[in-house]
Amino acid sequence: MNDVTELKKLTPADFASDQEVRWCPGCGDYAILKCMQRTLPELGADPANTVFVSGIGCSSRFPYYMATYGFHTIHGRAPAFATGLKLANPALDVWVITGDGDALSIGGNHTMHAIRRNVDLNILLFNNEIYGLTKGQYSPTSRVGTRSPSTPFGSVDRPVKPGSFALGSGGRFVARTIDTAQAHMPVVFRRAYEHKGASFVEIYQNCIVYNDAVYEPFTAKANAADAQLLLEHGKPMIWGKEKNKGLILNRDTQRLEVVTIGENGITEGDILVHDETNKSVAYMLIEMPFPGFPVALGVIYCDPAPTYDDAVEAQTVAVLAKKPAKPDFDALLRQGQTWTVA
Amino acid sequence: MATALKDITDRDTVEHPDSIVVRFAGDSGDGMQLTGGQFTLSTALTGNDLATFPDFPAEIRAPTGTLFGVSSFQINFGSGDIETSGDEIDVLVAMNPAALKVNLGALRKGGMIIADSGEFNARNLAKAGYAANPLEDSSLASYQLLSFNITQLTVDAVKPFGLGNKEAIRCKNMWTLGLALWMFDRDRTPLVDWLKAKFTKNPVLADANIAALDAGHAFGETAEIGHSLHRFHVDPVKSAPGLYRTVTGAESLALGLVAGAQLANLPMFFGSYPITPASPLLHSLAKYREFNVTTFQAEDEIAAICSAIGASYGGHLGVTSSSGPGIALKGEALGLAIMTELPLVVVNSQRGGPSTGLPTKTEQSDLYQAVYGRNGDAPMPVIASRSASDCFEVAIEACRLAVQFMTPVMLLTDGYIANAAEPWKVPSIKDYAPFPVSFRETPPAEGEKLNPYARDPETLKRIWIKPGTSGLMHRIGGIEKGYDTGDISYESANHQKMTDTRANKVLGIANHIPDQDVTLGEETGDLAVVGWGSTYGPIIQAVRRARARGLKVSHIHLRYIWPFPKNLGELLKGYKKILVPEMNTGQLKTVLRDQYLVDARPLNKVTGQPFKISEIEAAIDALLNA
Repeated sequence: MNDVTELKKLTPADFASDQEVRWCPGCGDYAILKCMQRTLPELGADPANTVFVSGIGCSSRFPYYMATYGFHTIHGRAPAFATGLKLANPALDVWVITGDGDALSIGGNHTMHAIRRNVDLNILLFNNEIYGLTKGQYSPTSRVGTRSPSTPFGSVDRPVKPGSFALGSGGRFVARTIDTAQAHMPVVFRRAYEHKGASFVEIYQNCIVYNDAVYEPFTAKANAADAQLLLEHGKPMIWGKEKNKGLILNRDTQRLEVVTIGENGITEGDILVHDETNKSVAYMLIEMPFPGFPVALGVIYCDPAPTYDDAVEAQTVAVLAKKPAKPDFDALLRQGQTWTVA
Repeated sequence: MATALKDITDRDTVEHPDSIVVRFAGDSGDGMQLTGGQFTLSTALTGNDLATFPDFPAEIRAPTGTLFGVSSFQINFGSGDIETSGDEIDVLVAMNPAALKVNLGALRKGGMIIADSGEFNARNLAKAGYAANPLEDSSLASYQLLSFNITQLTVDAVKPFGLGNKEAIRCKNMWTLGLALWMFDRDRTPLVDWLKAKFTKNPVLADANIAALDAGHAFGETAEIGHSLHRFHVDPVKSAPGLYRTVTGAESLALGLVAGAQLANLPMFFGSYPITPASPLLHSLAKYREFNVTTFQAEDEIAAICSAIGASYGGHLGVTSSSGPGIALKGEALGLAIMTELPLVVVNSQRGGPSTGLPTKTEQSDLYQAVYGRNGDAPMPVIASRSASDCFEVAIEACRLAVQFMTPVMLLTDGYIANAAEPWKVPSIKDYAPFPVSFRETPPAEGEKLNPYARDPETLKRIWIKPGTSGLMHRIGGIEKGYDTGDISYESANHQKMTDTRANKVLGIANHIPDQDVTLGEETGDLAVVGWGSTYGPIIQAVRRARARGLKVSHIHLRYIWPFPKNLGELLKGYKKILVPEMNTGQLKTVLRDQYLVDARPLNKVTGQPFKISEIEAAIDALLNA
């Protein structure tokens, strides 16, 4: 019998690389990095078995700062690299770090297909609604009217909601959190990590240089309670300083409505209970316009389905079961009709 | 070379020509590729050497009867070495007026036409642009014309099986094949077996097709027609003893890649996106799971290469494949594979370009793209296959270079090689020296830092570490790397050093490949004909003919395009003149001039058709006489 060796409990320092972090002072990315370095030891993650794959952009520098395996690839293509890596070694924990331009503009196609196939990846989209690394152009998530070097009179095209894109691509796990939410973010990371399949997490991330305070109306401490709906599966969707705001589903209009508990005869029992597996309501929660509605945070949708990597492996096992145990390559070369010259 | 057939009229005479070129031509829905493929198999089983040239439109089912909808399959077979699909056709099978019109120009004067008169109706004649029926006026007087109503004969032959008219007519390719088998003295048994296997689920169709095949054969035996059919017997070629099969370039490439991965002792990951004419490689590899092959049909060309690089990073042998337009899309990712120094094999089945170009026609115009076509100073080795069977060898070599030098490797083949079939003396994997990969698995000593870019001092290849290995965690990426550490480095001297290192690593491959040999002829002389890729067949035959006439001409055929073999410059100095035939506007010629300052002269052709032997022979004469 082997002795049972106690595994050394890892600390955040074990997940921090020796590289100097080069984001702008005050960038929201620092908070996400710290949170990740803190959360992975809590999850019992093995740095040798963890890979961060990224594309191009400020967020995509993330892998250099993690003392795990890391691959900083090319713009928009991280999901494709991660898919190949995961198929090569399904035992790895693969995280994809991306931004709004990387994932939804140049890499929209790959994001869609990684989600559609349900590859077992954890995709973290740092959404700051701007191109940071190229110095401040508007992005596919920028609001209409965003003034930037490339849109001096304001952008006129309509933005995409990352969560809706993920759901529309067939995503089975969609969540949202905020860079400064150091208590909320680890919970979301844990759920993404534990979910088998493509986990899509949008992180509202503040770009202090080019798009500062764009999320302030719902992220600022003073506003948070009245502006954030923190979702929990099986719990009524209630928020507010007084814990008296709630969502109901109007059965006539099939739309969500904000109500106040204690007014017009509304009781807590009338409030819609969050069901992570309800895709229709998930869409509505993602699309709720703020202000008027709160910003829904947490796991918005989670309904696991077989993963692509598992399906590929299972098919291989099924095919191999019908083949000889020791495949003979020379026999393959000799397949079909042959003839012999004496 | 194709020997002219003597005119004979005695129906019982059997001719023994050295070689014959037959072209089956019809509508793209007439089953000409299938007919040609089965005729090829029958030819191979008879023991003839052979080369084929399938030529078909890009449209899957072009409108019937049109000139652009004509699909053809040409085969040259003989009792001597066959290197090309033949300059001129001896026997043309034309299933409709359009097929006759499109192909007549390639038929030698005095050659034979077998036409289905049932399809030469007013409607089809008009579609092909014939004012009068060529079978009935004297416009084909310089050929031997045999026309009979194949459509009707087929319908009559399959009547007992109760097929609908459309299905009955569809059997006419088997009727035609039956006639061809009789003409060339072939055994029908393998075809009957094949039809039975093909239509196991529909025995009536099997029986009908066999009846059509038999009827065509019987027609040859007994037909009472105005003039007689020839009967030819081409003697078997004197090949080296061994086991043979036919193989197309796509098949042999697939087998070679699997062999390469096995020799490297690695699982293979193949990421690809469908594109003509590269897709058959994906289809072949998708079947080989038991050989540790994972195939992935990606969402696009970029994802195809990126997934393959991701798999290489994970410790597999990543392979991707495409044709020119797709290779263009892969360019940025190729740069990343060069920067991160991961092994990768990239197959380009070249087609006519630029842009969409001629998807189903052959060309070799992606040499510049392979050697130079990336941003930055981004060197990678480039090797090329010369024939269907050579694809097996070249694929193994591409795998070897990729893992022994930690580099992406570009393998050039083309549409002609991919689709053409030839007999292949089947090798054994035991004939090849293995090149097993060893991953770095030991962590650095206490207090020492891991250097993921530590290199072999001789080959300059860096170490390969698989994610999942404890104690060797590190980060790689596309930003310039510190020389040993692999950390991000913007330092100017380091970038110079890394650029030089990447270039020298690839150039150093010249020390690990064979010297260039002279494919045919002496090491000095009046003229060297230098080629690469699928021009091998016509060049060697043209040089053979020129040498038979006493000319001091040699053939040098390159497998290694970048880097060139290290003796190539000296070798070329031994000839007074250099001719470079290429199916492009002169790309190898330019690289040879650049590398060696030699007066290489181009011979270029971009018609979508392979070179004829005579075209190269004429260019040899012209240059020698200049």
